[in-house]
Amino acid sequence: MTYIAKPKFHHPGLPKNGLGYTHRDYEGKISTLCAGCGHDSITASIIEACYELSIEPHRVAKISGIGCSSKTPDYFLGNSHGFNSVHGRMPSVLTGANLANRDLIYLGVSGDGDSASIGFGQFAHSIRRGVNMTYIVENNGVYGLTKGQFSATADRGSKSKKGVMNTDNAVDLVAIALQLGASFVARSFSGDKTQLVPLIAAAIEHKGAAFIDVISPCVAFNNHAGSTKSFDYVREHNDAVNRLDVITGREPISVDYAPGTVQVVEQHDGSKIALRKIDADYDAHDRVGAMSFLTKHAAKGQIVTGLLYVDPDADDLHTHLNTVETPLNTLEAKDLCPGTPALDKINASLR
Amino acid sequence: MPVQSPISSVNDFVVRFANVNGSGSASANELFARSILRHGVPVSPRNIFPSNIQGLPTWYEVRVTEAGHLGARGGVDMMVAMNPQTWDKDLASIEPGGYLFYDSTKPMPSSKFRTDITVIGVPLTAITNSTYTDPRQRQLFKNIIYLGALCALLDMDPKLIEQLIAEQYKGKEKLLSPNIHALHLGRDWALQNLKCPIGLRVKKADKVGDRIFIEGNNAAALGAVYGGATVCAWYPITPSSSLADAFGSHCKKLRHDPETGNAKYAIVQGEDELASIGIVIGASWNGARAFTATSGPGISLMQEFIGLSYFAEIPAVIMNVQRAGPSTGMPTRTQQCDILACAYASHGDTKHVLLFPEDPAEAFEFAAQAFDLAERLQTTIFVMLDLDIGMNHRLCRPLKWDDARQYDRGKVMTAEMLEDGRDFGRYLDVDGDGIPYRTYPGTHPTKGSFFTRGTSRDRYARYSEEGSVYADNMQRLVRKFETAQDMVPRPLQANAAKPTKYGVIYFGSTAPAMDEAIQLLEARGHQLDRLRIRAFPFHSSVASFIADHDFVYVVEQNRDAQLRSLIVNENGIDPVRLVPIRHYDGTPITARFIAGAIGDHQDQLQVTPLRKVKS
Repeated sequence: MTYIAKPKFHHPGLPKNGLGYTHRDYEGKISTLCAGCGHDSITASIIEACYELSIEPHRVAKISGIGCSSKTPDYFLGNSHGFNSVHGRMPSVLTGANLANRDLIYLGVSGDGDSASIGFGQFAHSIRRGVNMTYIVENNGVYGLTKGQFSATADRGSKSKKGVMNTDNAVDLVAIALQLGASFVARSFSGDKTQLVPLIAAAIEHKGAAFIDVISPCVAFNNHAGSTKSFDYVREHNDAVNRLDVITGREPISVDYAPGTVQVVEQHDGSKIALRKIDADYDAHDRVGAMSFLTKHAAKGQIVTGLLYVDPDADDLHTHLNTVETPLNTLEAKDLCPGTPALDKINASLR
Repeated sequence: MPVQSPISSVNDFVVRFANVNGSGSASANELFARSILRHGVPVSPRNIFPSNIQGLPTWYEVRVTEAGHLGARGGVDMMVAMNPQTWDKDLASIEPGGYLFYDSTKPMPSSKFRTDITVIGVPLTAITNSTYTDPRQRQLFKNIIYLGALCALLDMDPKLIEQLIAEQYKGKEKLLSPNIHALHLGRDWALQNLKCPIGLRVKKADKVGDRIFIEGNNAAALGAVYGGATVCAWYPITPSSSLADAFGSHCKKLRHDPETGNAKYAIVQGEDELASIGIVIGASWNGARAFTATSGPGISLMQEFIGLSYFAEIPAVIMNVQRAGPSTGMPTRTQQCDILACAYASHGDTKHVLLFPEDPAEAFEFAAQAFDLAERLQTTIFVMLDLDIGMNHRLCRPLKWDDARQYDRGKVMTAEMLEDGRDFGRYLDVDGDGIPYRTYPGTHPTKGSFFTRGTSRDRYARYSEEGSVYADNMQRLVRKFETAQDMVPRPLQANAAKPTKYGVIYFGSTAPAMDEAIQLLEARGHQLDRLRIRAFPFHSSVASFIADHDFVYVVEQNRDAQLRSLIVNENGIDPVRLVPIRHYDGTPITARFIAGAIGDHQDQLQVTPLRKVKS
């Protein structure tokens, strides 16, 4: 929540995307998060992904709950409408917004307190319903704004900054999203933009409930020895199963991947993802296999990252509800009101 | 004790059916009520039912009232006692001189009856069992058979019932003739074996007119359809579930694109009330007309979001079908007990607009109007129904719609307005009415976007914790609420025939009982001016009505006189001047109760002056 306006001027030679926008057009206000916060890297990745996809910034609706992560929509896409709603309730607000206008892109930003504790139910049910959205959890395992309490994604046995051991089991949002039928599921690390940016871009292009769990270390309260969400720990235990390129028609977003098997996945809207396998055994189209793979690797203390599951032919809540193509918020009285003749008939049937 | 002569009354009596929940009696009982309407005689039926699916006692009460008194009357003139579980209580509730109708297949000891009533036994089980073998048929047709017997006993025209059955089973002819047959089985048995008609009789009249017979929840749902609601998110809760259900079934018929078959609406059954109101707020933020239907416990759960709607100024419509609280309370009993919980919902300083429909016709109008008000005022609008209006069929004027009416979408700044260089401050009071402009997401590439938040912000939606900025915004919200006073439905005043120092204020489902109570009070010599409040914030006429009278009764259906508190609080009225009349046992308020309470109070006032004592 900043009140510091960011200067608008920029270098005249900044590259432009297909729509003629520069990076700067996708930025927001200056972040008020701590210096080095993983969330700011995610913000930068969102900016990068939207720039690369040549999305019109105002066609995105950014919706969040409450917490450090939920503040971030103020720091990107300054020309988009943002809604910093109620703690844990981003999913329902996003669902309603999506129902009102199916033509916008819905970006839900949440945290682990927001999605794994107070809003666990809303997280689950928005996934179940297949709301067409990109749902990003900026996961640091800790409550930052209230000074360092464990969140529900903190691993059992991990230590708080004050040295307290967490004795509760952790909620694995990725495992739950898979189980509940999310049609795009990924995990990434805020310290790995090359992996994260194309994942966000692919999730935005995906039609259906796309969920990304981004481990995002909290430099103030959860970046110490004994934490399983610290920069060092995540780097050491990161087990990336694949890398993505989103094919935007011009060039792949990033090219600095080690060579591997490349599989092109075409999504429902025609967008293409180039999936480079790192783990030859990993099949990102096998939901059940993914769940089993995750469980096995979690038991070994590994953090599996990458595109974990995608159903390129997924549909969404609007398909399930058979709603009209025209956004509901543009319908007028002539479209919606059955008028006097219908009412007369109803009256007659009630006598 | 003098011998009680049987009650003799034409078109003015109460029949109560005591049944077992889930026995299929509801449709037969409703058929009874409708068939009396077809005689041109008004009826006012009420379901009295438990929070149960099958097995517990349920009652259906039909007040037959040529005079058109649609409130509950109290007392029972004829009991159709079909439930052995409640026999003793049912028997005791019959007025002296009343009638007991029962299934006489099994003999009952005389101790189980009363001597001051007329007992009418019909061997319903025996008739049914000799005609039908299928257990389900036996159960269902037994209900129609007693309806047939009542038709003879009350001198009703069987043709009118036959016609109703024909309408009901139109297209399902297989079901039609067995029902007609069962009706005549009962009627013929009664004609051959009983003295027909009894003292209670239905005589054709012309007192129904073009009125319709509809439940308030159904009417409110239609109001949402006509009012342009496109998003409905709800969570099942008695007594509001039938409102969301009705919205769905009306939309199925009225809101599909004729060419594509696609739906011009979206209904989501939320995982709870929090999600439901969250969806409503998200949809409304994005420019759709959205509502939820709920009851007391749902209102409690929605508090945080309601505060967000107030403070971030996002439209929302909540149809609150009130039931008896607190906590789970009596889920299937009626009260007007959420007045304060809704008027001041959520933490911090808040005030919300409440609409109080008196019957289904007003429920339809107010439901439709709620969407205009929500978008104009950019805040939550509560439509305060209750179980009595919501879940009972009520005779009311036909629903009307003006085809020239356009939806008032409120102050929305468009791309053209932004392009013209209009200054857009999301919380800027440009017109002095406290209502700012808003923009829908996605309106313009570079202008008009803003960050919606529940935290304090300045007139341009920029985060601020400056005391003066916060206070400025809070004062504007008060101005907006003042603006609302003149937009919401005004109170309706009706004066007594003679000038009087006393008045009465009432609202919502109390209205029909009040109208009747006024007549009862006049008969006792008490004159009262009356004011029916239809909305909060209160129009200035509420304060002037109170000022014009020595004191005013406030009649309501809750323990704590909540509307009275709200009036006292909002208008700075001396509480002594508002006399609370409270009814809160979960049954609908009756004219007898109101007239009794007010009449007794009035009697005490009319003290005969003592003669001066000579020393």
